[in-house]
Parts: sequence; C-alpha cells; structure tokens
Amino acid sequence: MVRLYPNRCQLVGSAFISGFLISLVRSFIHFVILISRQGKVRLTKWYSPYQQKERSTVIRELSGLILTRGPKLCNFVEWKGFKVVYASLYFCICIDPDDNELEILEIIHHFVEILDRYFGSVCELDLIFNFHKAYYILDEILIAGELQESSKKTVARLIAAQDSLVETAKEETGSISNMISQAM
Amino acid sequence: MEQLKTIGRELAMGSQGGGWTGQSKEFLDLVKSIGEARSKAEEDRIILREIESLRRRIAEPDVPRRRMKEYIIRLVYAEMLGHDASFGYIHAVKMTHDDSLSLKRTGYLAVTLFLSDDHDLIILIVNTIQKDLRSDNYLIVCAALTAACKLINEETIPAVLPQVVDLLAHPKEAVRKKAVMALHRFYQRSPASVSHLISNFRKRLCDNDPGVMGATLCPLFDLITADVNSYKDLVISFVSILKQVAERRLPKAYDYHQMAAPFIQIKLLKILALLGSGDKQASGHIYNVLGDIFRKCESSSNIGNAVLYECICCVSSIYPNAKLLDAAAESTSKLIKINPDVAEEHQLAVIDCLEDPDDTLKRKTFELLYKMTKSTNVEVIVDRMIDYMISINDNHYKTEIASRCVELAEQFAPSNQWFIQTMNKVFEHAGDLVNVRVAHNLMRLIAEGFGEDDEGADSQLRSSAVNSYLRILGEPKLPSLFLQVICWVLGEYGTADGKYSASYIIGKLCDVTEAHLCNDTVKAYAISAIMKICAFEIAAGRKVEMLPECQSLIDELSASHSTDLQQRAYELQALLCLHSQAVESVIPLDASCEDIEVDRNLSFLDSFVQQSIEKGARPYIPEIERSGMFSVSNYTSQHQHETSSHTLRFEAYELPKPSPTPAAPQISVSTRTTDLVPVPETTYYTENNQASKLQPVLDASSADHGIKLHLVGVQKKWGRPTYSASSSTTSSSEKKTNGVTHLDGVSLQSQGTLYDSKGQQSEKQKLAASLFGASAGKTEKKPTSTQRAPKANTATAERPGVARAVSPEISKQKAASSPPPDLLDLGEPISTTTPTIDPFEQLEGLIGPTPGPSTLDNSVTTSEQKAPDLMALYTDTPPSSSSSISSGLGDLHSADKNSPMAKNVPSIKKGPNPQDSLQKDATARHVGVTPTGNNPNLFRDLLG
Repeated sequence: MVRLYPNRCQLVGSAFISGFLISLVRSFIHFVILISRQGKVRLTKWYSPYQQKERSTVIRELSGLILTRGPKLCNFVEWKGFKVVYASLYFCICIDPDDNELEILEIIHHFVEILDRYFGSVCELDLIFNFHKAYYILDEILIAGELQESSKKTVARLIAAQDSLVETAKEETGSISNMISQAM
Repeated sequence: MEQLKTIGRELAMGSQGGGWTGQSKEFLDLVKSIGEARSKAEEDRIILREIESLRRRIAEPDVPRRRMKEYIIRLVYAEMLGHDASFGYIHAVKMTHDDSLSLKRTGYLAVTLFLSDDHDLIILIVNTIQKDLRSDNYLIVCAALTAACKLINEETIPAVLPQVVDLLAHPKEAVRKKAVMALHRFYQRSPASVSHLISNFRKRLCDNDPGVMGATLCPLFDLITADVNSYKDLVISFVSILKQVAERRLPKAYDYHQMAAPFIQIKLLKILALLGSGDKQASGHIYNVLGDIFRKCESSSNIGNAVLYECICCVSSIYPNAKLLDAAAESTSKLIKINPDVAEEHQLAVIDCLEDPDDTLKRKTFELLYKMTKSTNVEVIVDRMIDYMISINDNHYKTEIASRCVELAEQFAPSNQWFIQTMNKVFEHAGDLVNVRVAHNLMRLIAEGFGEDDEGADSQLRSSAVNSYLRILGEPKLPSLFLQVICWVLGEYGTADGKYSASYIIGKLCDVTEAHLCNDTVKAYAISAIMKICAFEIAAGRKVEMLPECQSLIDELSASHSTDLQQRAYELQALLCLHSQAVESVIPLDASCEDIEVDRNLSFLDSFVQQSIEKGARPYIPEIERSGMFSVSNYTSQHQHETSSHTLRFEAYELPKPSPTPAAPQISVSTRTTDLVPVPETTYYTENNQASKLQPVLDASSADHGIKLHLVGVQKKWGRPTYSASSSTTSSSEKKTNGVTHLDGVSLQSQGTLYDSKGQQSEKQKLAASLFGASAGKTEKKPTSTQRAPKANTATAERPGVARAVSPEISKQKAASSPPPDLLDLGEPISTTTPTIDPFEQLEGLIGPTPGPSTLDNSVTTSEQKAPDLMALYTDTPPSSSSSISSGLGDLHSADKNSPMAKNVPSIKKGPNPQDSLQKDATARHVGVTPTGNNPNLFRDLLG
C-alpha cells in the first residue's frame, strides 16, 4: 500500500510533461464553420480537437451570437476567450484572442474569392449541393489550421487538375471494370 | 425565405447546371427538404430518417462503388448537421482503399471529417496512406498528405515520416508544400519525433516556389517561438525575402487586393518580431525593410491595415528605433484618420465606444481603459467596469472583468472605504466567479490594514467593513465566497469597536446559515466566527448567554455529516466551558495576523517519548524503513521497460532468414529484406532508427503507467489552459494599439451623431475629463503605452525562456530515470537472439513442453507477473495489491533486477526475451486486442 504514494508523485510529474506536449497540438485556426442566415450549418472543419458534443454546442452558441448581431457591427466577436471572425453570410473562423483578426478576415475573403472563381459567382446553392467540393477547396487553402496557399491561381489550378483527373479516372475505371466483368 | 424559394424553383426547373450532376435525385431531395425544414426538430427528424435508411442500405452486399460514394457524402452531410453517423465510418475507411482517385478522395475527405486523431480506425488507414504517399500520381499523394495532416497521431508518425521527408524533394510544388505542412503538423503533435528533421525546413525556405516558401514560414514561426536563439542566422534571409516580396518580385498570382503577397508579409513580420525582440544586432537588419513597408502600405483596405498592424507590432517588439517608432505612431494616426493633435476627439471616441451597441467594441474599450487606469481616474473606470459587469451574462468575460476590477482597486484605491465598497460590489455581482485568492486578499487587507502604522485608520477601516457587511447581509442570495468573507470579518472584528453587542452579531451569523442556502464552507466560517466572538466575550470577563437559534445551530452542526463541521461545533461547546484565561490563550483577540510557529519535530513530546522508551516501549521506525523503498523504483522501471516495447511497428514484416551467416551484422535482422539495393537500405535504416529511437523515449515518458495513460487522453481534450498560458505572452502594447484601431473606426461613424446634442456632449466631456484628467490627452496616454511596451517585451523574452529551461530539464530527468531505449525495441516480436539458429526451431522450442533450464525459469516468473500487470495496467487498479504480498516481493526483485541487466549488457542478450514477448503476445491475443498503450479507454471498456 505504501508504494502507491511515490508512484502517484511520479504520475503527476509526467502528466505535466504530456500536458505540455499535447498542448502544442493546437492550430493557429481552431475551426472554420459556415452557417446560413437561418442558422443552418453548411460546412464545418475542425482543426483543434473537439468532441461531437462540443461541436454542437459551439455551433449553437456561435450562431446565436453571430446571427443576432446587427449588420453595422464589426466582424469580430469575442467568445469564451477566443476571437471569432465572421464575414459574408457567416463564414466563421475561430482564432486565439491575440491573433491578427484583419488577416483572418482577409483569409475568409480569399476563400470566398476562390469559391467565386470556381463556381462562377458562388451562391449559397452551390455550397449546399456541392459542399464536398467546398471542402476540397478549403483543404487546398487551409491545412492543419494554417494558411497553406495564398495564390488563387495555384489553388484553382490544383482543383482543376483534380477535377479533370477525376473525370478521366471515372471513364477509365468504367472501361476497366467493364473489361473485368467481361473477362469474368 | 427568398432563398428557399429559389432553391425550390431551381430544383423544379432542373437547372442545376454542370456542377450537380453527380448526385442522385434522392440526395437532392434530402438537401432540399433540409433547406425547407422550418425548425431544428423537423430537420432532426429528416436526418434521422435519412440515417436509418443509409444504415440499412450501406450494409447491403455489393453496393456499386459510385453509389457508395454518394452514401458516404450523405453521411458527411448528416454528421455535419450534428448527428452520429459512426456506423458508416468503416465504409469511409474502406473507400480510401479504392483505386479510383475520385472515390479515394471522397474516402479521405469523409475520414478526415469523421475521425479524430485518437480514433481506433486510424490504424486501418495508416497503411493506405503509406501506400498512397508512394503513388506516381501526385494528386493521390496530395490527398494522402492532406489526410495525414489530420489523422496521423503521435503513435503513427514513424510509419509515414520517412516517406513524407522524401516528398519534400518531390518535383511537384503542391506536394512539397503539403509535405512541409504535414511535417509541421507532426512537429506540433510530437516535437521529439521530428526534431532531427528541422534542417529540412530551413532548406525548404529557399524553395523556388513561393507557395512552398510561404508554407515553410508556418513551421519556422512555431520553431522560432519555441527557441529564438537557434534561428538568429536566418534574420538576413527573412529580411531579404520580405524585401523581395515588398518589391513585388513574386508572381502576380500572389497579389491580393493590390498588395504584394500580404499573407506572406504578415507571417514574415511576425517571425521578424520574434527574432528582433531585445536583439539590437538583429533589429539592425530589420529596420530598413520595415521602413519600406511602412511607406508602401496603404490603409485604405483591410489587408493593408492588417499588414500595417503587423508592422506596428513588429516595431514595438524589436529593439526600439526612434525613426521607426515615429513612423509607427504616424501610421497609427493614419489608421485613425484623425488629426492626432486633437486629443479630445480620441477621448470622446473612447466614451462613445463605451455606449456603442457593439459588444466587441465595448470590451476593447474596457481593455484600453484598464491599461490607462491611474489613481486619478480609477474610481470612474472601475465604476464603469462594474456596471458593465453587472449587465453581461457571459461568465467567462465576467470573471475576467471582475479580476481586473479587483486588480485595479488593489493597485490604485484612493481610500479604504472606496476599496471595501468596490470589493463588496464585485463580490455581490460576480460572486463565485471571483478567484478565492481575491477573497483571502481582502480578508488579509482588512486584518492588516493598508500597511501604515496608524492603528486608528485600521480600526476605522474594520468598523466600516463591519458596518457595510451587516447592511449587505439583509440582501437575499449572496454568493458563498462573499458570505465567507463576511463571516470571517464579523467574527474577527464584529464586536471590536463596541458598537454592536456580541449577541447581535451572533444572531446575524446564525441568520447567515439559515437565510442563505449555504454550503458547508460557509457554515464552517460562520461557526468559527461565533466561536471567536464567544471567546472574546469570555476573555473580556463577560457572560455569554446562548441564543436559542445559536444553540440549535450548534446542535444541528454537531449532528452534521461533515466531520469538519462537527468538530467545530464540539470545539465551540468545549470552549464555552473553559476558564476565561484559558480561552484567551486559545483564541487571543485580533491575532489573525500573528504568525503561528509550528514545531515540526514535535520536540515538546521528546520527554514523553523518552519516558515511554525507558518504560519499555518500542522506538518509532520511519515509514521508509518499514516498507523498503527500493522496490518501488524497480517496480516503475519495470513498467517503463514493458510499455516501451508496446509500440506498434509499421514496416513490413521481415522474411524469416533460414540460416543467416554468423558474420552477418546484427542490424540486418531488423532491416527490410524486401529492398534489394543495399545502399539506400542502410540510410533508410539509420533514419528510421533515429525516429524509432526517439519514439520509445517519448512513450516511456508519456506511457509508463495505466492510470497515467488515461490522463493523457484527458489532457488532450482539455489541454487548452496550458497552452493559453504559454501563448499569453503577447505584448500588451499590441492590444492597446488594437483597441485604438477599433475605437477610431467607429469614432468616424459616430462623429456625426456626436455633435447633435450639446447637452449630451458636455456630459460626455465631463466624463472624458474625469477619465483622462483635465489637460491629459495624447501626451499623457503615450508614455503609458511606451512604458508598458518594453515591460511586456521583457516578459515575452523571459517567459519562453523559463519554459524552455524547465522542459529540457524535465526531459533530462525523464531520460535519466528511464532505461536507455534499446535499438531493437521497435522490431520487438521475433528478433532472434542468436542468428545461427533457425528462428522457427527456436519458436517451437519455446512453445514446446521441453523448456530450457535456468533462463526459462526466470522468464516464466516474469511472464506470470506480467499477465496480472498487463491487466492492471488497463483496469486502472494499482498493481501493488497483487505484488505487495511479501512473499511475492522477492521474486519481483530478482525478476526486475534481471531485466534491466539484460537490457544494459547487449552482449548477453539483445532485445526483449523472445519467450517473454511471445507470452505477452498470447496474453494480448487472449484479451483480444493488440495493446497499443495509447488507447486505455478501449481496454477499460473491454476489461470492465
């Protein structure tokens, strides 16, 4: 029984160390969500770890907070010790309170401009029916919570390459599977 | 509504265009009905129905692959709307195995959205990612890298690390960029696992492609934040890059709203701010380019302001340069767009912001006010803050603003009365959100006075506190923390000035416990206070008559469930029977500030002990001698040894060599024999080895005990506070400038309304005067900001330093306490001990009924112990219960002593005992799962 004690001391010490390590697994951007004016979720991307339950609360609280704000107020809200930047029908990005919110605001615009270019003057409908494509585009712009590419052209080129390859791949796999089925 | 109609119309017309052709009608219908749902409940119903049908259909045999893709996308949709689609995760995982890029990409997308990095299914994806990273198609590699960023966790990093590193030299810039980001993510997850690869980031900084270079800035920023001094040599490179960017040398594609690559500029400025902070020489290189950027920045667009803001932060953080500071000040005023000489307008702008409907602006204003508080304006500011605090509901911010009020009041309080009143207000409204420390500070302050040697002033302070508390007690629903303070003060000083009778105060204290539904702590405070007052009365020679409510309180508490309350009640009863002199020495008057010296050695008992021993009593044996300390340390080292061999292996299993020559080097046992070319093989091996060498250390530190493992999981989810503590090292001047920008953006709008009503105006001016002082303006504001800036800088410079100083020390200790990681630990299961013997033969020997002599005996005992240990590891019960039996102790010792020996003397035996590992493997199989060591919850579920 006695030996329990020193063990626990050690336990506290190493818990501290692992806490120190894990605390680093946090991103510059914690999450991106897109909510409509009616509070419907259009896109969510979590870069810092959140449980499903936390996610729902985050969305509920934020949509309550942001949708009720008047049109002439600024694009930044403080929420639970974080800063949330939102713009243009509620692309919301959550960052730490001491990060540069103007930069984030422009990252949102950057994203919207790329969506614009891809869909041709993007509207909510495009995002509703093609949300997976919006995810692909977001993946080219932000990765692991950091801005990975600031050139619209590069992003557009990559997405186009993927799309075209998907198309050809579709045809190819179609023919290959046909061949296989015939051979069988 | 309008939009919904549009959706309906467009769907009816079937005008979806090229983009939506991929989906079936069902999916379109689903999205449409969700769009038309009028309430969340309706939406939930629709989704639940959808999930049910998907659950059925997805499990059908032979779902066509295209169809499956759509199902997966529909699952993503359901999950996005907050429903659980976990039944489909495995199908998403399966989809990543598909050959077609389209399906694979959908699979990866779904998997990255579904799974958190500690999910059990991750292990099934690692192999696919590994394979895809080797693909010829760069798009597949890109998809795999994106998934790796999200999914690869600390444990699986070694599996993909070598490939990711190889991809840093990939011909396609998109791949290089993503590889850099992936490596950055790995670094964030587990710095130790990639620490030997950091030079790669430096190399990538010189990449031809600006995108790759820009991406490299992210990891470098993190690295430099952690350790500034190792990167001082890069200052010149960063400056020259920034110069080129500012001179528009980058391709036009990086321009954004007529700014040259602003996002890259911002990142570079952040890095330079870190590197130049407190370093005159480094700052010298930076001045020039900063000046350029100041000149080129235009404050007409958001992005221009963003860069300008970063510039100002940089200027304020690096070694000060008068010219640049001027430029920064000028830019600030440019940002403000108001003539800086007219300071009053700023003041009015601040006042306006206090009444602005925008909460964000209000908070920023309070932040600004907090920074400019002086003893002259503290009353106005704190009053405003408290008013605001009362008006908001957000507990998080309430806590913050309450602590700020307290801080300001403690620092600048003009009078004691005011201080106590302010604290009362704060406690009343913020209640239990206030830090306990603050309450204790308040009590101490009332007890000690304000440090002056003026007894009169102190007693005046106390009686005013008592007065105000007696008044406040009439109010309903006071927070418990505040009640504690009140009880303590009343007990200590309630009767001190003779204004109130003891029975009056006691009656009030009894009311406290009844009227306010209070917890045990408050009750304890109250009864202690009653005890003190009674004691003072008795000591003063007066008779204490027991009030009936007091008597009933004592009766109630002496029957309380809380032993603490019981004890206090009995103590009070005992005290009442004591003689006045005894009471006085037990509870002396106003002695709360006196130090009590505790005799730790209990020397006053010495004579008693001596007597007893003389009478034949046995002497006391210290705890350590009774139990045998050394077994404990051995026990833990055994655990480390055990868990370090639990790491997973990701290389392909080596082919068993039928009869390797004895001359063959030991290394070849664990290299991949599928590789035919010998030279790259060794390089691969060493690199891999370095990684693996680091891995066990990490594991040993983070996974040496079952209970602790569980803590790891908890920390992951709630790890935020530790991080935010370390990231709070921003210069306060930053915030201030930030505040100013906001203010003045609004002041422009509000100026119009400002001049409308003269009456309001003069009121505001009055307020401004009280805030800023009569003639105070910019001139007075500025020095405070500059004073604060260097202070904050030293803080930023110091704090990471401290953290750094601590962490290596700890890791060193850790390294010292854990046994040196064995090279062969990674290739755990079937590493042959003597290469001349056929491994299969040996295996048979191990399993067969005819065991070898002495070594086996030993290993059997260990494995016997390992089995319960393994269970204990995951069931959370400390294994001491099984092993502390004195008879088992000896065995444990010998076993423990043997295992480190075997590890430390490689000539005797290399790697873990094969029999041992076999046994362990069998136990694991018996349990049903491979013990990964990182998933304690799973095991808890399985084992109960």
